[in-house]
Amino acid sequence: MSDNEINTAAVSATRRRVLQGMAALPAAAAMLPARGNAAGPATATVNTTGLAVTDDTVTVGILHSISGTMAISETGSVEAEKLAISQINEAGGVLGRQIKVIQEDGASDWPTFAEKAKKLLVSDKCAAVFGCWTSASRKAVLPVFEQYNGMLYYPTFYEGLEQSKNVIYTGQEATQQILAGLDWVNRTKGSKTFYLLGSDYIWPRTSNKIARKHIENHLTGCKVVGEDYFPLGHTQFNSVINKMKLVKPDVIYAIIVGGSNVAFYKQLKAAGVDLNKQTLLTISVTEDEILGIGGENIAGAFACMKYFQSLDNPNNKVFVPAFKKMWGEKSVIGDVTQAAYLGPYLWKLTVEKAGSFDIDKIAAASPGIEFKGAPEGYVRIHENHHLWSKTRVGKARTDGQYDVIYETGDLVEPNPFPKGYQ
Amino acid sequence: MLMGYSLGDIGSIMAMQGFAGLSLFSVFLLMALGLAIIFGQMGVINMAHGEFMILGAYVTYMTSQVFTTYLPSLFAIYFFVAVVLAFCVAGALGMLVEWALIRHLYRRPLDTLLATWGLSLILQQVYRSVFGAREVGVDQPEWMMGAASMTDTIQIPINGLIVMALTAVISVFVFLLIYWMGWGKRVRAVMSNRAMAGAVGIDTEFVDRVTFGIGCGIAGVAGSAFTMIGSTSPTAGQLYIVDTFLVVVFGGAQSLLGTIASAFTISQARSTMEFFLSGSMAQVIVLLTVVGILMLRPQGLFVLKVRR
Repeated sequence: MSDNEINTAAVSATRRRVLQGMAALPAAAAMLPARGNAAGPATATVNTTGLAVTDDTVTVGILHSISGTMAISETGSVEAEKLAISQINEAGGVLGRQIKVIQEDGASDWPTFAEKAKKLLVSDKCAAVFGCWTSASRKAVLPVFEQYNGMLYYPTFYEGLEQSKNVIYTGQEATQQILAGLDWVNRTKGSKTFYLLGSDYIWPRTSNKIARKHIENHLTGCKVVGEDYFPLGHTQFNSVINKMKLVKPDVIYAIIVGGSNVAFYKQLKAAGVDLNKQTLLTISVTEDEILGIGGENIAGAFACMKYFQSLDNPNNKVFVPAFKKMWGEKSVIGDVTQAAYLGPYLWKLTVEKAGSFDIDKIAAASPGIEFKGAPEGYVRIHENHHLWSKTRVGKARTDGQYDVIYETGDLVEPNPFPKGYQ
Repeated sequence: MLMGYSLGDIGSIMAMQGFAGLSLFSVFLLMALGLAIIFGQMGVINMAHGEFMILGAYVTYMTSQVFTTYLPSLFAIYFFVAVVLAFCVAGALGMLVEWALIRHLYRRPLDTLLATWGLSLILQQVYRSVFGAREVGVDQPEWMMGAASMTDTIQIPINGLIVMALTAVISVFVFLLIYWMGWGKRVRAVMSNRAMAGAVGIDTEFVDRVTFGIGCGIAGVAGSAFTMIGSTSPTAGQLYIVDTFLVVVFGGAQSLLGTIASAFTISQARSTMEFFLSGSMAQVIVLLTVVGILMLRPQGLFVLKVRR
């Protein structure tokens, strides 16, 4: 040890103790990871901004609603994120550090989301946060993440028109989800007339706006014959169903969410509309929603998104049993649940590429990150912090699953600010 | 919007649309009957009404599970068993709630608003803990789903017919209860003067408890029926509560006839306007109209004549 030399010099006992302490520090840092699963670089080098990173742990946050009306949808995302984190920990963690989770409940209330986000960033110093579901909750936490420089991995397909250094969007933005589906239905079914339906808030309205522009400007001879919105939680759809019976559109394009979904499909079936004859294309019904709707009520409808539980690829064959093992045989996996599962992995890959937990370095290193183990196949982060991903069309079966009947040949480029669609 | 369609088409649509209006009317009435008893006759502002409905829905869900597992041969008629059970379970919980909570608040009617709102939050969390946060799918026997074809172009939803029949039965039951049997007299006596009613030998506590129980039981029946047309989740009760209060208040809280008239007016207005305008716009216009009428007639459509 070097303090032998210092010992020989005329050095005061106090100074020697200080120096001994200093000499011990790097030695301890070098020893700790050896006790952990894998050797990782020293904390001081991977964490220069005071995040909650120690020699053998790193703390992240999960911020979803586990109470209130959105708990229905967000539960699956929490489950997927916890599964991914436990898998990463079993495989040795991130840069030799085990991931510790602090979970907060947004309680389906947007100000609560902002408050909890601040707590996770300011008091808990989380290195990353996986969370939010509705656009409203994301909009509420966005200023918090930008002000305190946090990193949010957001799983839901959404309306686009947003891009932030502090957010990675692991779901699809609207054009990725919408255009391929419309093209497909026009090409294979020869559909010419479309009836657009939606719940009355930003995502369905923006999405239908994009759909209308695409139908009117890019699909020859096609037109929109009706467009209708209903308040969130609306439960009576008989009138609009009659209206559609009169207009007889080739395609019903439905973006209805939440409890309304159940009412809409049950009443559609009760009104004698056979979805095997009447084409219905939706972008808002995942396997999760079918649990409530009932497979027999929606069988025959088409859904357009990037992931279905029945997807046939090696990654998904490992992912689905792992998810069921952790959360029960009866659990189902929808598009958003899968996108939530991507978050922790993308973060891990980015941290390893950047060689650091620092938010600025992660934001800069994110573009180009590839995740080959994604259950949906292969994804890559775009310059704009959205994902390149394939879009698929599934046909609902009576058992609540989808048959995948189409997928785009190439990855679809995310384009959150589409020109000519606004 | 009716341009360019054949007369036959328009005729069929009018028929189906008429049925849609009637079906909405029975849904509204079924929602409101339980509340009309509790709010109208007892003066209790029961914010947990929606949660009692969802209790009925969950009872239906459990009954369907039991029948699928143990009595698959009788599955076709499980719904009728479920309706009765829903009435009993929701009614029993209602009586328990009256005993534990409501009876302490009769002198402070506005406080019941807070207390029952708290109760609704508690019940929601209980459902979430017991049944999970996700929606549950309630299986219906095959004969209750789908549509009855009247002609080639006119299809009538079967579940709409069932809701109508159920509403008719419950309405008759409530009318007999309040206006024909001695029970209704006692309820009204207790409401108008508790001390005097007690003095002439009416067991006021018993009357309160059973009346509240019956109101909650009817809410349970409504919830059971709505598994056919809507979702069953811990918070689904919130979807109905606004419409329910709207119907009862608009009709004049103390008049059952008013409740029926108001359910009819609101449902017809909404279903017609939803056909010609967009869904959200129809809702806005209906609400504005109701607000306007209530400003002119604060007591609602029908007023009970009483000496003040």
